[in-house]
Amino acid sequence: MIPIVYNVRSVVQRPVSTALTALGVGLVVAVFIGMLALANGFSAALAKTGSDRNVIILRKGADSELSSGLGRDVASMISSDPHVATAADGHPLVSPEVYVLIPMAKSFDTTQMANVVVRGISEQAWQVRNNVTITAGQKPTSGRAEVCVGGRLTQRFPHTKVGQTLHFAGRDWTVVCNFTAAGSAFESEVWGENEQFMPVFRGEVFQSITFRLKDPAAFTEAQRALQADKRFTVDAHREAEFYAQQSQLLGRILSFLAVMITGIMAVGAVFGAINTMYAAISSRAPEIGVLLTLGFKPGSVLLSFLAESAFIALIGGVLGCVFALPLNGIVTSTTNWSSFSEIAFSFRVTPALLLVGVIFAVVMGVVGGFFPALRAARLQVVQALR
Amino acid sequence: MKYLQLVLANLGRHKLRSILTILSVALALFLFASLRSVTTTLAATAQLGGARRLVTTNATGIVFVLPLAYGNRIKALPGVTGLSWANWFGGRYGDGKSFFANFAVDPESYLKMYPEFIIPEDQKQAFLRDRTGALIGKRLLRQFGWKVGQNVTLQGTIFPGDWTFTVDAVYTPSDPSLGDDALVFHHEYFDERIGRAGIAGWYIVEIDDPAHAPQIAKAIDDMFRNSSSPTKTGTEKEFQASFATMWGNVSFLMSTIGLAVVFAILLVTANAMMMSARERTGEIAVLKTVGFSDRLLFALTMVEAGVLALTGAAIGLGGAKVLYPAINFNGVGFLPGFKVATSTLIIGTLVAIGLMLASGLVPALRAARMPIVQALRKVE
Repeated sequence: MIPIVYNVRSVVQRPVSTALTALGVGLVVAVFIGMLALANGFSAALAKTGSDRNVIILRKGADSELSSGLGRDVASMISSDPHVATAADGHPLVSPEVYVLIPMAKSFDTTQMANVVVRGISEQAWQVRNNVTITAGQKPTSGRAEVCVGGRLTQRFPHTKVGQTLHFAGRDWTVVCNFTAAGSAFESEVWGENEQFMPVFRGEVFQSITFRLKDPAAFTEAQRALQADKRFTVDAHREAEFYAQQSQLLGRILSFLAVMITGIMAVGAVFGAINTMYAAISSRAPEIGVLLTLGFKPGSVLLSFLAESAFIALIGGVLGCVFALPLNGIVTSTTNWSSFSEIAFSFRVTPALLLVGVIFAVVMGVVGGFFPALRAARLQVVQALR
Repeated sequence: MKYLQLVLANLGRHKLRSILTILSVALALFLFASLRSVTTTLAATAQLGGARRLVTTNATGIVFVLPLAYGNRIKALPGVTGLSWANWFGGRYGDGKSFFANFAVDPESYLKMYPEFIIPEDQKQAFLRDRTGALIGKRLLRQFGWKVGQNVTLQGTIFPGDWTFTVDAVYTPSDPSLGDDALVFHHEYFDERIGRAGIAGWYIVEIDDPAHAPQIAKAIDDMFRNSSSPTKTGTEKEFQASFATMWGNVSFLMSTIGLAVVFAILLVTANAMMMSARERTGEIAVLKTVGFSDRLLFALTMVEAGVLALTGAAIGLGGAKVLYPAINFNGVGFLPGFKVATSTLIIGTLVAIGLMLASGLVPALRAARMPIVQALRKVE
C-alpha cells in the first residue's frame, strides 16, 4: 500500500487547485443539504401537527378543513360519543372548530399578503392539543373579542403581540396571548373562541371537530363507528395522519426539486472532478512511474489515487456542511397549496442530513476519481518516466 | 482563421476532457436557465390580467363568498361596461392526485370577458346551450384522455356529491400564462344543485377606461362597505399578483440556488481548464521559439477557453429552451406558460463569457508573459 501521507502531501502541494475543487464540491453539498433541510423542516412542521391520540372529523369527501362543514347537531352528537375522553372536570375533550383564512399583510412588505389560518376553538382545545403552551399573556376569555396568536406569526406580521389589536372580519380583536406548539403548523395560526368567530365568518357551521380518544388504541373502532353512523356523513381521520397528508403535495415537490437540482449539479461536479484528477495525473506521470518502479502494484496506485480524490471531496463535504449549518433554524414561509394557507417553518439541518451530505461528497469523489485513477494504474513505467 | 485548426487540435488532444468540460458547463447553465425560468414564469403570471378588468372579492378573505345579488348593483355603476361572476368549485377527478382548477362561471358573459380563451365556434355554441356542459383546457384532454362529447364526473370537496359534466368545448389560451388546464361549467347549474344559495366567489368587472380603475374600484367597495359582506376590488393584475406573492420566498430561494449551482460548477470547470493549460508550458515555449507573438498566444488560449465555455452554454441554454416546450412542462399546474425567457438566455451567455475570462485569463497571461528559456528548461 502507498501510504496515505503521499496523497495528503500531494494535495497540499497544489493548494489552489485543491481548494477550488473542494469549494465546488462543497457548494454542491451545501445546496443538497439546504434543499433537504427545507423539505425536512416543512414535513416536520406538518407531521408534528396533530397527535396520534386525537381524531379529526370532517364532512365526508372534504379533503381539507377549508372545504368541510359540520352543523352544531353533529358537534353535540360527537361530544357525547363513548369514544371521547373526558377531562378531570367531567367535560368531554372535544373541540368543534371554525377554520377560515384571512389575508394579512406582512411586516416587512405590506404589499405582500398571506392567507393566515384563523381557528375558532372550544375551551377544551387547550387540553385536546396538549403540545400547545402559552408563552405570554392569558388565554382568551369566553365571550370577549380576544385572540391568541401563534409564535411564528409574531415576527412576520404586525399587530400580533400581546396587548395589540388585530383587525379582521370587520372587527377589532385584542391579542391576549401568544403560544407555541412544538414547531407545528399551529404556530402559524390565530386562535380564538369558536362562538365568537361563527357569527362574523360563515355562520352556524363548524369546519372540523377534533377530540381526544379515550382509548388511544381504539382509533379504528371509533372511525368505523363514526363513519357508519346514519345520523351524519363524516370522515374520521387520525389527527397526526391528516396533517401529514396535508403536507404531502408540497413535501413531494420540495424533495423532487432537491433530488433533481442536486442530481444535475452532482453530475456536473463529477465531470469537473474527473477533469481535475486527469489533469493531476497527467502532470504527475513521472511520479507515478517512480512509484511503479519502486515496486508498488498497479492496484495500490489505483487505490491511492481514489483515496486522494475521495479526500479532496471529503474536504468539500465538510466545507459544504459548514456552509449549510447556519441555515439551521432560519424561518421561511410559503403557501401550503393543499390547505391554501400560509405556513412558516424552519430549515432543519440534522446530524443525519450532514452525514448524508458528507457521504454524498465522498461518493462524488470516488466516482469522479475512478477513471483517472485507473489510467494512473495502467501507466507503462517506461513511458511514464520518459 | 488559419489558427482555427491549431485550436481544434489542442481541444482534440484530450477529447474526453474537452467533452466533460463542455458537458459540465452545459449542465450548469441548463440548471441556471431552469431555475431562473421558475422565477420569470411566476413574475409573468403576476403580470397577467386585462387592463380593463377589475376583480371584486369578499374583503374578509379569499375563501368567503359574495351574494349573487351584488351583480346588478355593480352593473348599474357608471363606467362599468360588463360583468361576470365565477365560483371556485374545487372538485376532484379520479384519485384526486392530479390537481386542476375547476370553477363555475356565467358562460355567456365570461367568454365575452375573456377573449383569451380560443374556442372553435361550434364547440362554443354547444357549451353555451348545454346546461351541464363543461369547457376544458386542452391539456386536460391529454392528461386524462378525455374526448369532446364525453361525460366526466368530479367529486365535490366543498360542494359534496358526484357532479357529471359533458365535455362540450376545448379552449386554447392565447396567452400561455393563463394556463390550459382549467375546467369551467355553468354557474346556473351549480346554483341550482346547491339549493339556490345565490353566491358568487368573485366578480369580474369590465370598465370603460383603465384610467378609471381606482375610482370605480372605490365606488364598488364604498357601496358595500356597511353590508354583511364588504368587498375588496382591485385590478385583475393585482388579483393575480396576490397569488404570486403567496409563494413567499420561493423566487428568492430559486435565485440563490441558481447562483450557487452556477458558481460551484464553474469553479470546478475553471479549475480543470486551468490545470490542463498548465501542462502545456513546454509547448508554448516551442511556439514562441518558432515565432508566435505574445499577443497571438494570448488570443489563442482565450479562444480555446471560449470555445469550451460557449459550446457548453449553447448546449445547456439551447437544451433548456427546446426541452421544456417539447415536454409541455407546466410544473404540475403551478407554472402555466413555463418558458425560458430571452433575458435568461442573455444572462446565461454572459455567465459563459465570464467563465471564459475566469478560466482563460490566467493561463493566457502566463503564456504571453512566459520567458522562453525558463519555459524550455522547466521539466514537468
